[in-house]
Amino acid sequence: MRTIFYIMQKEFIQVFRNRMMLPVIFLMPLVQLLILSYAVTFEIKNIRLYITDNDNSVASRALLEHFRSSDFYHISGESADALHGLEELKEGEIHQQLVILPGFEKQVVSGSPARVQVLTDAINGSAAALMNAYTLSVIESYNREVLSHMQGFPPKMVQVSWRYWFNPALDYKTYMIPGILVLLVTLIGMFLAGMNVVREKEIGTIEQINVTPIRKVQFIAGKLLPFWIIALAELAFGLALSVLLFNIPIVGNIFLIFLVASVYLVVVMGLGLFISTITNTQQQSMFLSWFFLVIFILMSGLFTPVESMPHWALQLNTLNPIAYFIRIMRMIMLKGSGFQDIVKPMLYLSAYGITILSLAVWRYRKTS
Amino acid sequence: MPEVSITGEGVGKSYGTTTALKSLDFTVNKGEVFGFIGPDGAGKTTLFRILTTLLLPGSGKVRVEGYDVVKDYRILRRILGYMPGRFSLYHDLSVEENLRFFAGIFGVDVRENYHLVKDIYGQIEPFAKRKAGKLSGGMKQKLALSCALIHEPVVLVLDEPTTGVDAVSRREFWEMLMRLKTGGITIVVSTPYMDEAMRCDRVALMQQGNIMTTGTPQSITAAFPHKIYRIKGSAALNILSLTRKMKHIRSAELFGDAVHISTENTDQAPTAAEISQYLSAQGLGRHIISEAVAGIEDCFIDLMKQPDRHV
Repeated sequence: MRTIFYIMQKEFIQVFRNRMMLPVIFLMPLVQLLILSYAVTFEIKNIRLYITDNDNSVASRALLEHFRSSDFYHISGESADALHGLEELKEGEIHQQLVILPGFEKQVVSGSPARVQVLTDAINGSAAALMNAYTLSVIESYNREVLSHMQGFPPKMVQVSWRYWFNPALDYKTYMIPGILVLLVTLIGMFLAGMNVVREKEIGTIEQINVTPIRKVQFIAGKLLPFWIIALAELAFGLALSVLLFNIPIVGNIFLIFLVASVYLVVVMGLGLFISTITNTQQQSMFLSWFFLVIFILMSGLFTPVESMPHWALQLNTLNPIAYFIRIMRMIMLKGSGFQDIVKPMLYLSAYGITILSLAVWRYRKTS
Repeated sequence: MPEVSITGEGVGKSYGTTTALKSLDFTVNKGEVFGFIGPDGAGKTTLFRILTTLLLPGSGKVRVEGYDVVKDYRILRRILGYMPGRFSLYHDLSVEENLRFFAGIFGVDVRENYHLVKDIYGQIEPFAKRKAGKLSGGMKQKLALSCALIHEPVVLVLDEPTTGVDAVSRREFWEMLMRLKTGGITIVVSTPYMDEAMRCDRVALMQQGNIMTTGTPQSITAAFPHKIYRIKGSAALNILSLTRKMKHIRSAELFGDAVHISTENTDQAPTAAEISQYLSAQGLGRHIISEAVAGIEDCFIDLMKQPDRHV
């Protein structure tokens, strides 16, 4: 026990003596939360729309009025020449082009289908899909107006009333911040802890440690515990920021969050340590860690819903610790899930942690 | 018979297809300073890492203080002190933090064991708060030695402790070792510097994973079987190439600014006067030639040239 204490003491001295470390530890959550929650957003505002109205009728102007009055659209060009708009689309000047063909009004009045053409820049596929959905809903509302005008009374249709549960305002930040907190904890666990062991190998200090009677379990415990503590402190700091600065509700039990985080950290530290046992330099270890981290993040459900992934990817995702933690984190923070709701993923994480950590300890060699 | 501290029997080690150690046999007695002397790549570090339980031997057996380096590594790690060739303390920890850390993981108290390192650590104690990375080469060495001694090891293993250290610090370091020796500790040291061999009680000359010979430095130099002449002149390289063309000359080597020549053990071998005459006849200017006593380096070069050593 005393031996572990000496290692931990040394680690803490080294971490806090490093001039880079302290600012990084406290600035990182702030910057990540600010940037990722304000800048990275799925909402699309200011769709640059180019209008070509070849009908120039009351009906066509009424349709266009719907676009002009919307906050989402910015009319960035207008002419009778559809090719000109296409040119601007090619140059990336506009996002969308709306073409109303001659005879639009006549068709609307006669009841035969009236056609408009919508061209969308789909370089970014998900943005294009969103823009399309916006545009369709604008045209849809125009459609309803036309119908009620023609029939003289509001049309009979199903009235849908909906409500978004757990995130009523569909606030993007509410959705993102639990995930970002997970990333923070992951970076400290996987990078700092794992890299720390390789660093001793790289600068040769491990030789001097290896000739001492210290057990490898003691050494590893002494190495990982400080970062386990730092990561949990970082999580507390990040949670405080999100409540105070972003008004994110924490519906569930905050202690449950820390319980999950403690188990989760064992998994990522185990991974970091395992990588450090199969690499010799910080560069190699960094490269390998990034490789896994990028895959884990992309598949984690932070940016895109996990449910829409193909079956094989879902199967693969059972090995992705970040996916578990993000899901649990959102469940507790937004939904207020209790312990009984997360028992299954927690059991899984625990088993994962024990397995990977034992594997890493087994792989770690004091003698070569 | 002196008591034995370390024995090696047929110790070998290969990395893939390269052989680092062939099959070494050696014994180190208790309380002596034993030197493994040889150039870089002779296998000294590999051997030392086996002695200190960091590396498993490929073949053979090594026992230190009666304990097997493979089976009894746990016990050995308590009684060994090791100073690797590369400075392996924490640069970002201060002098005293380093010492306290190593005392801590060995489970000893710095104050209780202070007397063990007082002589050495006392010299760097005024800089106790300084970061280890900011120390001079000689001071780093003293700190590393203090950290290797704080747990009262029975055997001290020093891998090239004086490499990259200035001449004054080197001398100081050897004086420290001599004082340590009086405490009865067994010291195993490696060095590429031939002059340091004379400081050891016994040495093993190593070359390409082999031990060429073992003995006291005096016995090794006394056993040198040939006459040696030392020639000093303004054009050492000329002397070298000229003498190498002479008959019955075994070797001509550059030693600093002089040339050492060893002659064959026959009646036809040239004498000092004959060599001098020959050099003058070849147009070489002023030079001094004298018979010299073989040093360790002469012996080393001579042993290297014996073909039967490279089996």
